[in-house]
Amino acid sequence: MFPNQFEYHRPSSVQAAAGLLAADPDAKLLAGGHSLIPAMKLRLASPSSLVDLGGVDGLTGIDASGPIKIGAMTTYAAIRDSRELKSALPILAEAADNVGDPAVQARGTIGGALAHSDPAADYTAIFLALDGSVEVTGTNGARTIAADDLFVDLFTTALAPDEIITSVSFPALDGAGTAYEKFRHPASGYAVVGVAVKIATGSDGKVESARVAVTGATSKATRATAAEEALQGKTLDDAAIDAAAAVAGNGLEINGDHFASEEYRRHLVSVLTGRALRKAAQT
Amino acid sequence: MATTTTAPGRVGVRMKVNGVDYAAEVEPRLLLVSFLRDNLGLTGTHIGCDTSQCGACVIHLDGQPVKSCTLFAVQADGAELTTIEGIAKNGEYDAVQMGFWEMHGLQCGYCTPGMIMTANAFLDRNPNPTEAEIRHALEGNLCRCTGYQNIVKAVQYAAKQRAGGAMEAGSGTDLDFEHKDVIEHAPEDLQDWGDQLAGQEER
Repeated sequence: MFPNQFEYHRPSSVQAAAGLLAADPDAKLLAGGHSLIPAMKLRLASPSSLVDLGGVDGLTGIDASGPIKIGAMTTYAAIRDSRELKSALPILAEAADNVGDPAVQARGTIGGALAHSDPAADYTAIFLALDGSVEVTGTNGARTIAADDLFVDLFTTALAPDEIITSVSFPALDGAGTAYEKFRHPASGYAVVGVAVKIATGSDGKVESARVAVTGATSKATRATAAEEALQGKTLDDAAIDAAAAVAGNGLEINGDHFASEEYRRHLVSVLTGRALRKAAQT
Repeated sequence: MATTTTAPGRVGVRMKVNGVDYAAEVEPRLLLVSFLRDNLGLTGTHIGCDTSQCGACVIHLDGQPVKSCTLFAVQADGAELTTIEGIAKNGEYDAVQMGFWEMHGLQCGYCTPGMIMTANAFLDRNPNPTEAEIRHALEGNLCRCTGYQNIVKAVQYAAKQRAGGAMEAGSGTDLDFEHKDVIEHAPEDLQDWGDQLAGQEER
């Protein structure tokens, strides 16, 4: 299966890439290509030109010395194998090992995953729960977009058409507990539902901040604010976790399809929120 | 701003495949697996599902296992590739290939090149895996006839062989084909083709 013809660009700088995007409204950025190329082969996408970021230096690498900063073109495999991340932000390295399969992990990039905003992606929910941010560059310069503002809808982000994610940042954990629990589609490996949590507790053991983010169930990765509110100020014991899990789906517009009904996904949101919170309480 | 654009025509690519340098001009939409099979004649890399699910097309790109049906050839510009044809060394199968031989890891053999490439990259990363880790590593490779039991055994065999150092002399099985025999059937549109073949006489 071959895609339609397209014009191929391999710029050597982000600025040049942004210029190429600005010049052609139908252009698409090519990062790892593991969402875009299958869509092109099925002719679900037929961009007039591809702007390959593979020739741009400086978009890969992991710096976990303080706040964690990861180049947008860093692959899942690099994240999975990073010793720095295994100690500084283990949730990110562990989740990478459960994205697709090793060959997908070798090509898929963290920037690509966030820019694509696939409703069943893993890193979208993790990025939201960890309160990350992306640095983006367009023809009008650079800016930072917070996790809460990035995802707009199904496959839609707050990025302008000529803007490119250059790096992804996460605050240091500072003792917070994190976890990502996912019910994998048995064939595709995508999340039927996934729930990521980050819980910070004070010296009295009470929850000071709770972030709970859901993927797979909604049209875009979304925070489960009802669960977050239920946890606020509570000691993270079984009763508090069960209460938060029970309301996790409240207020969410949950989708159903031939694989999993809305009711089933809503149930999974509760179950996985409970599991993730239990795991986070132990980290 | 250095862009290499020749659309909708062809784009120049250079890559090293199994230690041999190749240069060609290709359509940007040419898939890497098709470049390997149709342009270079390296038909050991198979096309299975063509949708990045089955793993029959797995090769190594700069040491990482990748599904060559889900890359454009132009993305491999400047890269070092290894295909199943490049795994055996000095005419002897490597530990994973021997594992498939000894443990009956194949019947029809269609998925085998991809399985071997995935397993090799995995064992480089995790030399002493558990059975569960092997099964996890092979999740992106589908087999429709042998079943996975003997494939897992083959990888376990290979891990043991690798742990014991180099395989003993004579334990491998001689290959009965030459790399250049395979690529002689390649189509003519590859630039430098004559040079490439000439350069391989010594191999």
